[in-house]
Amino acid sequence: MQIELTDKQADELLGQLVAGELPDARGRFGPFGGCYAPETLMPALARLAAGVDEHLHAPAFQAELGAELQDWVGRPTALTHARGLSQRWGADVWLKREDLAHTGAHKINNALGQALLARRLGAGRVIAETGAGQHGVATAAACARAGMPCIVYMGAVDVERQRPNVDRMLQLGAEVAPVTSGDATLRAAIDEAFRDWVADPEGSYYLLGSAVGPHPYPYLVRELQAVIGREARAQMQELAGGPADAAFACVGGGSNAIGLFHPLLGDRDTQLIGVEAGGCGAGLGENSATLVTGTPGILHGSLSLLLQDVNGQVQETHSVSAGLDYAGVGPEHALLKTIGRVTYESATDADALAALRECCEAEGILPALETAHAFADARRWAHDNPGKRILIGLSGRGDKDMPTLSKLMHAGEAPGRAA
Amino acid sequence: MNELPHARISAAIEAANQARRVGLVPFITAGYPQKDRFIDTLDALSAVAEVIEIGVPFSDPMADGVTIQRSSHAAIEAGVSLHWIIDQLTAARRAGKTFAPLILMSYLNPLFIYGFRQLAQDAADAGVCGFIVPDLPLEEGAEFRDALAHAGLGQVQLITPTTTDERMAELCQASKGFVYAVTVTGITGGGTVIPPEVTGYLDRVSAVAEIPVCAGFGIREAAQVESIGRHADGVIVGSALVEHLEAGHDPAAFLQGLRPA
Repeated sequence: MQIELTDKQADELLGQLVAGELPDARGRFGPFGGCYAPETLMPALARLAAGVDEHLHAPAFQAELGAELQDWVGRPTALTHARGLSQRWGADVWLKREDLAHTGAHKINNALGQALLARRLGAGRVIAETGAGQHGVATAAACARAGMPCIVYMGAVDVERQRPNVDRMLQLGAEVAPVTSGDATLRAAIDEAFRDWVADPEGSYYLLGSAVGPHPYPYLVRELQAVIGREARAQMQELAGGPADAAFACVGGGSNAIGLFHPLLGDRDTQLIGVEAGGCGAGLGENSATLVTGTPGILHGSLSLLLQDVNGQVQETHSVSAGLDYAGVGPEHALLKTIGRVTYESATDADALAALRECCEAEGILPALETAHAFADARRWAHDNPGKRILIGLSGRGDKDMPTLSKLMHAGEAPGRAA
Repeated sequence: MNELPHARISAAIEAANQARRVGLVPFITAGYPQKDRFIDTLDALSAVAEVIEIGVPFSDPMADGVTIQRSSHAAIEAGVSLHWIIDQLTAARRAGKTFAPLILMSYLNPLFIYGFRQLAQDAADAGVCGFIVPDLPLEEGAEFRDALAHAGLGQVQLITPTTTDERMAELCQASKGFVYAVTVTGITGGGTVIPPEVTGYLDRVSAVAEIPVCAGFGIREAAQVESIGRHADGVIVGSALVEHLEAGHDPAAFLQGLRPA
């Protein structure tokens, strides 16, 4: 089944998005979103929604958050002119450097904001899930800064492939709980984090790491990540001489992409392109390209697009990058795809690895494997559209991927040298 | 005999109460541990149970504990689906079999993919009386409730110790068949100790509900059934029964053993 909208409905919904009217009071982004949560969590979600309404845009909270973003996270992050890639691609390429934010990825924007919110709401402990480990590290750091204990659920498969991040979380004082149930990746970690919260909804704060989940999370996470797009928009004007012709971001759950895209939605001359993990093939289970190939469904609290079989069973996914390895996606992306404001593409594991290598060579920047998917598709687009101004959301640094990259290097696919 | 299917659920529990018995509502994961024993298990349980809750397996059972996670995944692996369950029940009904009133317990996505209208009709034809949907809160459930109502089926609403009084009244009003009072905040199968505040909570729900109240989550011993039975009209037995089925024990005998002597 598909959800289709008329052109008029699509225009109206885009207008509402740009005007900041979505999600609506019911947590809906048009037909998507909502709050499909167990009854146990409904009072906690209602308290959270009320807390978000009360604090998120209040001057006191914004002042506290703004100061911490500047002095502790290191914002604003740089906009870097990618001279080497510009030359190679025949384009004018700019990089929004979330890899330079504290802990090495955009995840800190959300983790810090929610940790401060959790403290304001009087929670005694923080629960989080993590895929690539970046959200776990960011949460561990933010909770240490805010003086709150935290437990991070992480799929056992991800624990294995992201060992450096596990050790960082432990160093930062977090408890890390490996999850062996289900597919033992991000999806199972979210299931387990929800279970923890279901068992202790009053004393705990669930610090969700992406723009997914029941209302108000997709809204809360977007608002905290939109700092990326706001800064980038102003920096493009100031440094690049005008808005981008196209902006690229990788999409797993979709938080860095929505953070970059949301403030640009009203700039109709800027094409927005989200890049998912094409994994090792187009078959079900071989990739994580939810927006490209998924169908409407309900997972983890919201109605969005989903990789599922004919019976509504959620499918296992594959990607070389743990952070994109997720069968669902945030509901705002589902809407943006349905109304056609954002185009969603996919890049394969091999494309991403080649793009990572090229970025290292040309720019002296090791991007995260997740981020490399955005580079791969930007390169393809630049080839088809020569001479354009391109903005890429460089969502995180690739240090955490060294175990994976080392394995590939020693298997003969040396990322250090172009073939 | 023209009563609506969901009224059969209430009537079965009320009849047990009138006979001074607590209503027993066993839960099984459909087709687990043996797919070909599904109908036989329903037969056996019907001899003891007032109502039977049939779990539709789902890949992400986020409100369930390890036992139901395990049984769900194994059932999916064995090819159990909502369509398969409906087909089995329909065939059994056509063959003249009758069971205790049946409730399907499912996460929302398999129901959504099946299509609410079609599902309500097919489920009614299969002899199903109602649904329990743990991730469909009242606020999101109007469309599903309407579809069920057309076919005379009802949705059992869940209440938890964290539910506010105001919300409890709305949930009791909307619930059909019985009101499902979760007795331990948290996931199923968590432990055997009944917190002392539970009896007060159950009394609070019973005072508001106009239909039977069944208590569930974590019930596994006759002593618990007896003490909870003084404050609720029925009890739901889930993880413990699934564990007995896994061990190859007779489910009806286990259930019978839970009845206070």
